[in-house]
Amino acid sequence: MKAWHFSENAYPYLPPAEEYESIRVTLPNRLYDPKKGAELYDRFLTEWQIAEEEGINIMLNEHHQSATCVDPAAPLVLAALARITSKARLLILGNPIANRRQPVRVAEEMALIDVLSKGRLEVGFVRGVPTEILPANSNPVRMNERHWEALDLIIQAWTGHDGPTSFEGRFFHHRNINIWPRPYQTPHPPVWVSTTSASGATRVGEHGFVQATFLTGFKGTPAIYNSYRQGWHQAGKSDPVPVNRLAYAAMVYVADSDAKARAGAEKLLWYITANKVSPWFRNPPGYSPIAVNVQAMLGDAAGGGFGNFGANTTVDGAVANGTMFYGTPDRVFEQIKTFYHHVGGFGHLLLMGQAGHLGHDETVAGIRAFARDVYPRLQAEFPDDAISGQFDKAASAGD
Amino acid sequence: MKKTTLRLGDVDIELHEDGTGTPLLFLHSGGGFEPEQPYVGLLARRHRVIAPSHPGFGHSSLPDWIDSIDDIAHLYLELMDRLDLARVRIVGCSIGGWIAAEMATKSPERIEKLILVGPVGVKTGSREKLDIPDIFAMSEEQMLRLRFHDPAKGRIDLKTLSEEQMRVIARNNETLALLVWEPYMHNPKLKHRLHRLTMPTLFLRGASDGLCSADYMQRYATLVPNARSETIAAAGHLPHVEQPEEFAAKVSSFLDAGV
Repeated sequence: MKAWHFSENAYPYLPPAEEYESIRVTLPNRLYDPKKGAELYDRFLTEWQIAEEEGINIMLNEHHQSATCVDPAAPLVLAALARITSKARLLILGNPIANRRQPVRVAEEMALIDVLSKGRLEVGFVRGVPTEILPANSNPVRMNERHWEALDLIIQAWTGHDGPTSFEGRFFHHRNINIWPRPYQTPHPPVWVSTTSASGATRVGEHGFVQATFLTGFKGTPAIYNSYRQGWHQAGKSDPVPVNRLAYAAMVYVADSDAKARAGAEKLLWYITANKVSPWFRNPPGYSPIAVNVQAMLGDAAGGGFGNFGANTTVDGAVANGTMFYGTPDRVFEQIKTFYHHVGGFGHLLLMGQAGHLGHDETVAGIRAFARDVYPRLQAEFPDDAISGQFDKAASAGD
Repeated sequence: MKKTTLRLGDVDIELHEDGTGTPLLFLHSGGGFEPEQPYVGLLARRHRVIAPSHPGFGHSSLPDWIDSIDDIAHLYLELMDRLDLARVRIVGCSIGGWIAAEMATKSPERIEKLILVGPVGVKTGSREKLDIPDIFAMSEEQMLRLRFHDPAKGRIDLKTLSEEQMRVIARNNETLALLVWEPYMHNPKLKHRLHRLTMPTLFLRGASDGLCSADYMQRYATLVPNARSETIAAAGHLPHVEQPEEFAAKVSSFLDAGV
C-alpha cells in the first residue's frame, strides 16, 4: 500500500458559521487576510516536505472560490512542490477538466511538471463538486461527456511525438496539437480519476486508470470498486484488478495516546462540519442524473430533504461509517485492515491529515506517527500487487 | 387537447393542439408547457393553439447535438413546414419569446404577428451587471418571489406530484440550464438582427416580473421596429398563468387589430 499526505490548504480564520450563508461560492474574500494566507501556504508546503522526509507521497487538489481549499490553481503549487521535493510521488487529484476551457493547456502544464519533477507526477482528473460549477461558469449539463472528451484530448496531446495532430470533438477543437515539453514518463504519467458513484467507476475501469474515491465509507466504496472491476473486465483485460488500481481517501490521525489522537480527530472533522453550503449550490440542474433528482424530490415530499450536510457529524460517526481512521497506531492499523477487507482491498490510502484548526505541530505529529508506526505495517500486510475483490467475509460480517 | 408526437430530423417533438381558427404557435417558458392551465382553453376559444414542448422539455427528446435556443428556432421553422403553416402568429413566453425572436430574425416573412411575454434573449445593460438575475444562484423561495406576483400561486406541493411529473420537472430544469447557461440568458448576436422584425410585435410583461424588468423589456422593445409594450397588473414572469383572462384578452385584442 502507498500512502499520500493530502492537505486542502484550507483558510480556517472565519467568523462563526451563523454569520455567513455559504463557505463556498459566495463567501466574500475580504474575510481572507493575504498575510495569514502567505503563512499558511508556507506551512502547508513545509508539511508536504515533512511527509516526503517520512517516506509518504504527496497529494493536492483544486477548488475555487472556497475557504475550504485555497488552491484554485493546483498546478502552480505542484510546480513549487516539484522543486522543493526530490523523492515523493506527486499526485494532483485533480484537474477539473470539465471546467477547463483548454485541455491542451492542461496537458502542457502536466507535462512541464512531469519534467520538472523528473517523472514523479501522477495526474488525476476530477469532475469537480457541484460548487465548482458557478466559479468556473461551467455548464452543469453534459459535464461527464466533456470530462471524457477532454481526457482523450489530453492523452492524445501527451502521446503524439511526430509533429502536429488535430482534434475536432463535440466540445473541444484544436487544430494544432504539438506540446513542448512532452511528458518525462512514457507513454505518459499515471492517470487517476475520482468518483463517488458506482456508475462513474465502470468507465474508469475500462481505461484501467487508478480509481480514487473520497469518504465513501463502508457503505459506498464496495459498489464503486465492483463497478471498476466490471469495467476492467468488459474492456477485455484478462488479468484480475490489482489493488494498486484503487485508492481511498479518509481522514486519518494517529497519536501515541487515545486522548491525543481524539483531540486531533476532532479537529480534522472540520472537513465535514465546516462545509456549510447553500442548498442551491449543492445540486445545480444537470449535475446529477434525472433519476437522482427524482429520488431527491421523493425524499423532499416525504419530509426528508437535503438537510444540513455534515453539521451533525461526529468523530464516532465518522469512524463507524469508515470515513475516518484515528487512534493509537495499533488501533488505526486495525481500522484500516477492517476497511481494506470490507471493500475488497485498495492500494492507495489518501490521508486527509490536515484540516481547519489542526495546527502545524499537531499535523506533523500525526504524519510522523502514521509514517513510523502504521505505514510500515500496511506496506508489509498489503502488497501493491495483491488482487482486489477478494472479500474477507469474516471481516465484513459485523457490518 | 390533442397530443401527438412529431419527428423532425432526429428529434421527437411532443405537440399539443387545441381549438380552431387561425393558427397560434405558443412557445412555453422554462417551466414547460402545462396544458391544464386556464389560459390555454381561453386562447383555444378563438385560435388553433399549437404548443410544442421544446426539445428536452415535457416528453420531447433531446439529441446530444442540441444545446442552444438557436437550435430550437431552426427546428420550429421546420415544424411550420411540416404543419403546412406558411405564415403564423406566435406567442412566446420567457425563453419561448427568445425562440420566437430568433425564428423571426431568420424568416420574418413567415411571422405575421409576434407576442413576446417577459422575453429574454438579448443583452442590453452594462457588462458588470446581469440583465436577468441569476436563477441558478438563488433559493427556490427567492425564485418564487421573482417569478410570481403572488408566490403562493407558484409553490408546488411535491406530495401532489406523480413520479413522472417529477421526472418532467427535473428534465425541464436540466434542459433550461443547458440552453441558457452561457452566455447567460442571451445570444449576443440577436440584438444585431432584431431590426428584421418588421411584423407587428407586442411586448407583454407582468408588472411584478422580477426576471424581465421593465427597463430590460423597454430596451429590448426599442430594438424591434414595429413594437409596442403593455403591462399586466398583479402578475409576475408568467402573466398567462397568474392573470389568464386579461392575458387572453390582450392577446386576442392585439391579434384582431387591423394589420
